[in-house]
Amino acid sequence: MNHYYHSIRIDTKKCTGRMNCMRICPTQAIRIRDRKAIILEERCIDCGECITACPEGAILPLTDPFGELTKFRHTIAIPSPALYAQFGREILPDKMLSGLKTLGFDEAYDLAMTCGEVSFAIQEYLREYKGPKPVISNACPTIVRLIQVKYPDLIDQLIPIEPPRELAAREIKKKKSKQLGLKEKDIGAFYLTPCPVKMISIKQPAEKGKSYLDGAISISDIYGPLLSAMEGMEKGSYRKALESICILGIGWGMVGGICRTLRLRNSLAVSGLTEVLKVFDDIERGKLKNIDFIEAYSCPQGCVGGSLTVENLYISYNKVLKLVEDLEFEKIKACPDIREVRKLYKQDYFFMKRKIEPRPLKPLDEDLSKAIQKRREKEEIHNTLPQIDCGACGSPTCLTFAEDVVRGEAEISDCVFNLPQKLKLLYDQMSDLLNKSVSLNPALHKEKKAKTGKK
Amino acid sequence: MTAQSDENRLSQIFKIEGRDFSKAGSISTKIKEILQEVGIDSSIIRRAAIAAYEAEMNVVMYAKKGELALDITPEKLQIKLSDEGSGIEDINKAMQEGYSTATDEMRELGFGAGMGLPNIKKNADEFDISSIKGKGTTVNIVIYLNQAEKK
Repeated sequence: MNHYYHSIRIDTKKCTGRMNCMRICPTQAIRIRDRKAIILEERCIDCGECITACPEGAILPLTDPFGELTKFRHTIAIPSPALYAQFGREILPDKMLSGLKTLGFDEAYDLAMTCGEVSFAIQEYLREYKGPKPVISNACPTIVRLIQVKYPDLIDQLIPIEPPRELAAREIKKKKSKQLGLKEKDIGAFYLTPCPVKMISIKQPAEKGKSYLDGAISISDIYGPLLSAMEGMEKGSYRKALESICILGIGWGMVGGICRTLRLRNSLAVSGLTEVLKVFDDIERGKLKNIDFIEAYSCPQGCVGGSLTVENLYISYNKVLKLVEDLEFEKIKACPDIREVRKLYKQDYFFMKRKIEPRPLKPLDEDLSKAIQKRREKEEIHNTLPQIDCGACGSPTCLTFAEDVVRGEAEISDCVFNLPQKLKLLYDQMSDLLNKSVSLNPALHKEKKAKTGKK
Repeated sequence: MTAQSDENRLSQIFKIEGRDFSKAGSISTKIKEILQEVGIDSSIIRRAAIAAYEAEMNVVMYAKKGELALDITPEKLQIKLSDEGSGIEDINKAMQEGYSTATDEMRELGFGAGMGLPNIKKNADEFDISSIKGKGTTVNIVIYLNQAEKK
């Protein structure tokens, strides 16, 4: 059986079984058993909705502590462009990158440049693409996992280009090992992540290869130290800092950023898992065939809305948007050379080395006839249930409960509405036992007879 | 043993309301989920979902009400759609790509490209349609689950 590694852990000491996580989970991957939440690995897509929903703070994202840095001889911080949106409007990427260097990294790399290259590569890919439409962005690892699990037939529509964070780590390690005379494994590339799922995409990439990154540090963990580090720094020229920003890359932090900076007319940008589900349903029905490209993120407003960010997501979204608008207005184009990108594109520089395979949920049974029978049983069980999705059984809905019963993972008597029946069963069993003991003990037997005789 | 024992059969009926655009598409989503749970190949699921969706939309757009009956056995899946509505005047014409009687309002919503019925046929292994003007239309499609044994 496949074992999936996940970025989410439940602290059973803190968990009180309040079901908020179970109800919010978009793939019905959480159950409550013995008043504690458990995650069904096969169904989880690491979106992190449960982390934010838990009032007890019992669900924890698994990211790397700072200490990991000491394992390497040379360390590089690669912040997600979402980091650039975390601080006030006057603070531009160059300052944050210098700030990071004072926090123990040997280097801080501006990922926006690589994002810009990948944007151009996407443009090239779309121009040559002849397959089913729309092409779907793979920037968000939760979306990639959602497609693997729930929309396996859309897998060929995922763009097969390495996401910028992977590409950047691959290239920078190559370059630095030459420059410094170090082995690649002695160079640690750390992604500063706005969400837990990117951690998983490093530990267990969707395409089952190996990530070029060595770890992920949460933006929320680094926020405080970075802010202090920047406070002591000299104020540089705003205009000069602005001129070093790649407009194509900075847009990757927000939903719609890729489409807007590439000026893709025939594209859609969607964020928030429930909205993404609606759009993907429409793609499956063949409704969006005339759209070329879809940018989809599980977090609201894109990466700036990740659960490991600090700033309010609308404020940070707005900061990215304003920055893009400023750069457009000032006609600043500090971007990679498109001819260079085209050359690299032809050399397969951008493409992923492995294919992403579907990860469909286990059918009710391996045998088709039995699976059909079980599906029917599920429907029959569902019809006997109250269908109010109370969750008291530990499954999120009556329908999932019926499925859990058919799969042998829950008992029909776990439903509180079956309690009277369960009590009757217990009563019958008890009176059975009682009758047996009566017949074994003549004294009791006599007494019972005497009582009934009185009536 | 040619007869299919009822144990290995899953039948479900879905009601469709004409003009209920807000729920349109929900049946094809349910069908997709059922087929996934049963473990049907994803390319077949996609064909079934597209056919079911187009059929469902036809009822929503043109009929008063209708019913979609899904029937799955280990060999094939069948979708039978029957509606009460105005019926189709000229089936041959309706089967032509690009032919549509959709109103401007429906076209505004992105429908009425005249691809509905041809699309259903394209995604099915067997397809038949009959209609009585003023009464309604019946569409019946079959998709074989083991594509190698199709013929």
